[in-house]
Amino acid sequence: MNAEPNLRDLKQTPLVVRDLTVAYHRKPVVWDVGLSIPEGKLVSVVGPNGAGKSTLLKACLDLIPRSSGEVLIYGEPYAKARKRVGYVPQRESVDWDFPVSALDVVAMGTYGQLGWFRRVNKRSKALAMQALDRVGLADYAHRQISQLSGGQQQRTFLARALVQDADIYFMDEPFAAVDAATERAIVELLKELQSRGKTCLVVHHDLATVPQYFDWTVLLNMRVVASGPTAEVFTPENLHKTYGGKLSLLTEAAEKIAKAR
Amino acid sequence: MFELADIFDVLFLRNYNTRLVVICTMLLGCACGLMGGFLLLRKRSLMGDTLSHATLPGVCLAFIIAVMLGGVGKSLPILMLGATITGVLGCAAVLYIRNHSRIKDDAAMGIVLSVFFGAGVALLTMATKMPAGAAAGLESFIYGKTASMVLTDFWLLTVVTVCVLGLSTLLFKEFRLLCFDEAYAAAQGWPVRRLDVLLLGFVTAVTVAGLQAVGLILIIAFLITPAAAARFWTDQLDRMLLLSALIGGLSGWLGASVSALIPNMPAGALIVLVAAGCFLLSMLFGLERGVVIRGYRQLELKRSVGRQHLLRALYEILEANAVSAEGIQIRAVPFRQVRGRRTWSDAQLRRYLKSAYNEGLIEVIDREDQISLTSAGLEAAAQVTRNHRLWEMYLIEYADVATSRVDRDADAVEHVLGEKMVAILESKLQSYRPVESSAVPVSPHPIHPGD
Repeated sequence: MNAEPNLRDLKQTPLVVRDLTVAYHRKPVVWDVGLSIPEGKLVSVVGPNGAGKSTLLKACLDLIPRSSGEVLIYGEPYAKARKRVGYVPQRESVDWDFPVSALDVVAMGTYGQLGWFRRVNKRSKALAMQALDRVGLADYAHRQISQLSGGQQQRTFLARALVQDADIYFMDEPFAAVDAATERAIVELLKELQSRGKTCLVVHHDLATVPQYFDWTVLLNMRVVASGPTAEVFTPENLHKTYGGKLSLLTEAAEKIAKAR
Repeated sequence: MFELADIFDVLFLRNYNTRLVVICTMLLGCACGLMGGFLLLRKRSLMGDTLSHATLPGVCLAFIIAVMLGGVGKSLPILMLGATITGVLGCAAVLYIRNHSRIKDDAAMGIVLSVFFGAGVALLTMATKMPAGAAAGLESFIYGKTASMVLTDFWLLTVVTVCVLGLSTLLFKEFRLLCFDEAYAAAQGWPVRRLDVLLLGFVTAVTVAGLQAVGLILIIAFLITPAAAARFWTDQLDRMLLLSALIGGLSGWLGASVSALIPNMPAGALIVLVAAGCFLLSMLFGLERGVVIRGYRQLELKRSVGRQHLLRALYEILEANAVSAEGIQIRAVPFRQVRGRRTWSDAQLRRYLKSAYNEGLIEVIDREDQISLTSAGLEAAAQVTRNHRLWEMYLIEYADVATSRVDRDADAVEHVLGEKMVAILESKLQSYRPVESSAVPVSPHPIHPGD
């Protein structure tokens, strides 16, 4: 476990999670999670299916209610630090048949700045275009989104988060089912963000590429098994603790609690 | 029957008696079309249906209470108020069941819809038995009857629809985000719950406003059909909503007009029929996703794929017999040999040959037993083969695709390669060119005759 940063350092720490528990239908999905992520790291969140990776992300972004605990982004609760956060949801979370173009989707990243009632203007379109260019999709700006490949759709989502020019990015499985070209594009983008001092928290499922892409790793299976520099944390023992025996004691305990209530 | 002049007068709003009704129904149609667009994209179509059915008990209750208090039962504002209250209650019941049990949306809506409607029918029977006896006409809320509108109703409905039209235009950006990606909207700090309530509130407003004209059973069609029709014409949300509003307006205008001309013909039914007619036309002939245009595109693609396969097959046969890359000579090839290059039937191949012949790409010698490329055909074949191989090499080099799999993948993708892409590939793959003078690079994998 990491040492808890003191008050002064808290403002410089992109993400601190304390005693976070989230439960669906009385069943804990994330259990007593404590984390502290230093600035400028590419962080992978790794764990088996149902380990609560997406839930952890969503709880950090106030998208689902927390049963207990707190999340601090640069020392502030999410509602106050929102402008410093970019979010890339899972690709399957939306209907790609929706009548909008790639540019329209990316421009959604500027809605927060625009505020109520104001239309998408030239400036936000220009920003959206720049972001599309950064992910290599400038030529596809005016395509309806269902005409994009899966990888291009994923990159559209990334571009939308880039537009916000955030300091910390939460990405939910950006590498899921993408082509090699997109995977490479995303990795380059992550490195570029890191070089500018940004922090990226990425839910990742491909264990093979973890040490290559990420310098910080959180191993999660309902609770945090280990968190720290990938070189130290990403060990066979820790992986075994995270993945080994899917019906671990923890899951059983959780089910018993759910039944007892 | 009626005179042509009467029809003209009603349709073009010259008839004083029907003018207000027609204008009002048309405006309502616009508002319904617009809100229906959002409802459809938010995947809440059935919610609209639940809402409209749940208004019936409210209408009847409002009537009963008003009469009991000694007022005029059939005053539209009072009935609309009642309709709104139970309509909203119905929606709230659905949301409650969904959020607090494991019953899914559709089942929850089915339960609420039928229970509320049942209660409404029971209350309606009670209302008609009331001594005041003025309940006659309440059933027009079920099937819709525009003729019963009076001037004050007109103003009320116009204000409601214009407000909804104005406000939802103002909130276009917010609603678009809400409908497309709710979680992202929430993460960005938009009050998603309240926006959702607002959207549903607008839908409630137009539904309640439309009850008297269209009736609660059919109003769902007024909401959804124009939006569904509009989707066939465009891939852009703003255009889709505009079109949906126009189709809604058109349905309201025509439906109300014809209903005014034919005695006892309910407007609701006519409006829905007009909207359904628009839907059918759009589904068939819509320029973006209509059945006809899609079939045509599919056919075009098939043709172009077939043409490219044929040209490449012919080129590769010639290439196999040539001494050097420059030495490819036009030569007649037996039909059987072409047939053996791919999995295609005689009939298929003959069809491709025929269209290639019509394009002047091949010549047929000896009653189709021998095929020969023309010089234009050789040029086209070289171009097709070159594109194909560039793409193959690109896949091998850049996308970590195994060599043995490339040919099949490339067959599907090369047909979407534009000229620009080819130019990029060319510059990227300069080094791969085996013979500098040759326009066509060699295949990156051995070519099997049956492959």
